[in-house]
Amino acid sequence: MTGRVVVAGASMGGLRAAEQLRAAGWTGAITVVGDEPHMPYNRPPLSKEVLAGKASFDSLAFTPKAAAADVEWRLGTPVAAARLAERTLDLADGSTLAFDGLVVATGMRPRRLGCPGPTAGRHTVRTLADAQALRDALTRPGVRVVVIGAGFIGCEVAATAVGLGVREVTVVDPLPLPMVGPLGEAPARALLRRHEERGMRFALGTGVAGFEGAGGVEGEDRVTGVVLSDGRVLPADVVVESVGSVASTEWLDGNGLDLTDGVLTDEQLRVGGLPYVVAVGDVARFPNARYDGVPRRVEHWSIPTDTAKHAAKVLTAQLAGFEVCLPAFAPLPTFWSDQHDFRLQSFGAPALGKGDVRVLDGDPDGDVLFGYHRGGHLVGVVALGGQAAAMGAAKYRAQLLKQPALTA
Amino acid sequence: MKVVVDMNKCQDHGQCVFASPDVFSMDDDGHLLYVADPDESLRDEVEEAADVCPLQAIRIEA
Ligand SMILES: Cc1cc2nc3c(=O)[nH]c(=O)nc-3n(C[C@H](O)[C@H](O)[C@H](O)COP(=O)(O)OP(=O)(O)OC[C@H]3O[C@@H](n4cnc5c(N)ncnc54)[C@H](O)[C@@H]3O)c2cc1C
Repeated sequence: MTGRVVVAGASMGGLRAAEQLRAAGWTGAITVVGDEPHMPYNRPPLSKEVLAGKASFDSLAFTPKAAAADVEWRLGTPVAAARLAERTLDLADGSTLAFDGLVVATGMRPRRLGCPGPTAGRHTVRTLADAQALRDALTRPGVRVVVIGAGFIGCEVAATAVGLGVREVTVVDPLPLPMVGPLGEAPARALLRRHEERGMRFALGTGVAGFEGAGGVEGEDRVTGVVLSDGRVLPADVVVESVGSVASTEWLDGNGLDLTDGVLTDEQLRVGGLPYVVAVGDVARFPNARYDGVPRRVEHWSIPTDTAKHAAKVLTAQLAGFEVCLPAFAPLPTFWSDQHDFRLQSFGAPALGKGDVRVLDGDPDGDVLFGYHRGGHLVGVVALGGQAAAMGAAKYRAQLLKQPALTA
Repeated sequence: MKVVVDMNKCQDHGQCVFASPDVFSMDDDGHLLYVADPDESLRDEVEEAADVCPLQAIRIEA
């Protein structure tokens, strides 16, 4: 096979795509273009072990497979624009890169709050540099931390901060419970209780109106407080914004693609009806044949690997001129989150079964396993607690995998 | 094939057990056990296990 596949985005999805192209038999050239200066590294420890000082940055790098040793890495080089019909990319360094096949793997970046106020002292957590800056801030003595957003990253960061001995850690969210969107009410309540028992505070049911600062009016002042929509002010030396993420797809503008939330793919992870463009990882909005055919993005660590395996087979077949005769992509979503001394372990799609949550095992105050149902069928399980709970969830994994596909 | 798991990194997620049940298993307390020198025919599933380890604690040597 001759020609070149370019992978845009050099994180987990980009690495796995390159490796899986080789596994699928692609022998042509592979170039991975990434805007970060680093080789792909593992992000989950950024809000946990790395922030806690229990793992070094060096320990995060993935070890690329030997079969991908001849992949060309162009790091520190953002893709500026794509002309898909002409099969070329414009890179920010002014060069142009031609491709036969393209893998979209540019992932997400944190959403920022547009509220008025100083920016110094406000953090996000997505990259190595972010985690380093936040760790430096959190380990200064006597800091008060406000985390905005009670999703999984917000909860993890706040829990890590408590573990570091930070004296005041408050999580703000307009919703009434942490992680209630993906988990539903009873599990989110169980989560809240655990956090409060471990010293984390919450300001729930209220948003953020702005930030207070000190030091001047030049816009250089540092944050000193978070002004809530209900008028309260929470003193803060460090603010973490974890209010969701936006897909990095601007470079694909102008190609007539559906980029409303990530890049829309078909059931084979192809983009825009083009046989030579596929998408992988957090940025891909794909229908999951296991569920209801509604395209969704899935920001789980298991997805870059799952999508890369499937997309690499599809792309390799198409570049070789073969029909794609693979079943529609149907991964079993898998997610975990480590907070304080407990783990949250999820298999399947709990969010689809939030309306019918039952305790399958244990009790909500201890190790507990929740089952999520839709139309009477189990569609997801979530365990909360120690290793026994996680092992309990694992028992249901096979059942979730065997379940016939659901239709809406 | 030689498999090495960095037990300082391992946090007993058990994802490797799904990927390669012949090589990886959990004891009754939920801690990882593994075969250090599995048969070459299991390479594909061991590679899969290494891929899905959230801590990237599994290394395949030779
Ligand atoms: C702090 C944190 C903790 C997490 N913890 C968990 C967890 O506990 N459990 C779990 O299941 N998942 C977790 N995740 C989610 C998991 O890490 C992601 O699902 C995974 O990183 C997605 O990989 P990706 O390659 O698709 O995207 P990304 O990792 O977002 O990579 C995209 C890459 O593309 C680059 N890029 C963007 N635009 C361009 C451009 N124009 N040109 C070139 N390059 C570009 C980006 O800089 C980035 O390097 C966590 C994520 C974070 C951030």
